[in-house]
Amino acid sequence: MIEKVMADTRSQQAQAKFDPDAVLKDIPFASFLGVRLELAGDELTAHLPFVPHLIGNPMIPALHGGVIGAFMEITAMAQLKLHGNFDHIPKPIDVNVQYLRSGKPLDTYGRAIVKRIGRTISSVEVSAWQETRQSPIATLQAHFLMD
Amino acid sequence: MTQPFSDMFGTIIDNTPYMKAIGAYFAGASDDGVTMALPWREDLVGDPETHVIASGVVTALLDNCCGMAVWDKINAFKPVATLDLRIDYMRPALPGHELKVTAKCYKLTRSIGFVRAFAYETTVEDPVAAAQGAFIVTAAKPDAGDVKA
Repeated sequence: MIEKVMADTRSQQAQAKFDPDAVLKDIPFASFLGVRLELAGDELTAHLPFVPHLIGNPMIPALHGGVIGAFMEITAMAQLKLHGNFDHIPKPIDVNVQYLRSGKPLDTYGRAIVKRIGRTISSVEVSAWQETRQSPIATLQAHFLMD
Repeated sequence: MTQPFSDMFGTIIDNTPYMKAIGAYFAGASDDGVTMALPWREDLVGDPETHVIASGVVTALLDNCCGMAVWDKINAFKPVATLDLRIDYMRPALPGHELKVTAKCYKLTRSIGFVRAFAYETTVEDPVAAAQGAFIVTAAKPDAGDVKA
């Protein structure tokens, strides 16, 4: 019970210190993509506003697969940051992306679930969607090295 | 039609908005596969402490190069879409160095291309990352949805 209370307190402290705007500000590539973070209670949503240079196939047109993958990686890292404060940015060890639908030239949203957070390794799943959250455009599973 | 389709790759990359945005270019095709390159740039950095390029940038380069490896195998233009992509990051890319990716489609069925790729600075023997992907190949039909082939 005490452990539970302590865990809750820790998580509240982490959230209290968590400033969505500050998390990505030091990562030049996150600014390059234009990723924003929105925090509602303990629920973090990453937001990628559409800009034309994110297009991969101008004929369809569709977002570049690498943009969607990178956006989901950043979503996962931000969610890990919400779970605890780390000295360094978590580094991906392996990343698995499933592309379900082509990304339209629209804003994209992402949410991550931390499946396990360990001292060395963490496991995260991310889902990215555009118009309907129930119809994700891509999902990602990744392991991160924490140090 | 004796020219290989890979002759078009430079033009295709130069007309892919996101590849242009990150500064990637086509570096050649051989029996070893299709190679793309990306010069290091400050605004692509993922870790300000180390100035290492973001893993997401490596992901995009791997994804794009894998798709082109499928085109190289088909030796013609057909719409290709990534089905899944698995990437292992072995070590950080060296700051200030140009990053290369070489991808090879080692098996092509009627509808799927299976591709393997490596990201490295000087040699594939010392990789930054490795990728394994499956790509869907669709017939370039004029009535295929909203795809203008």
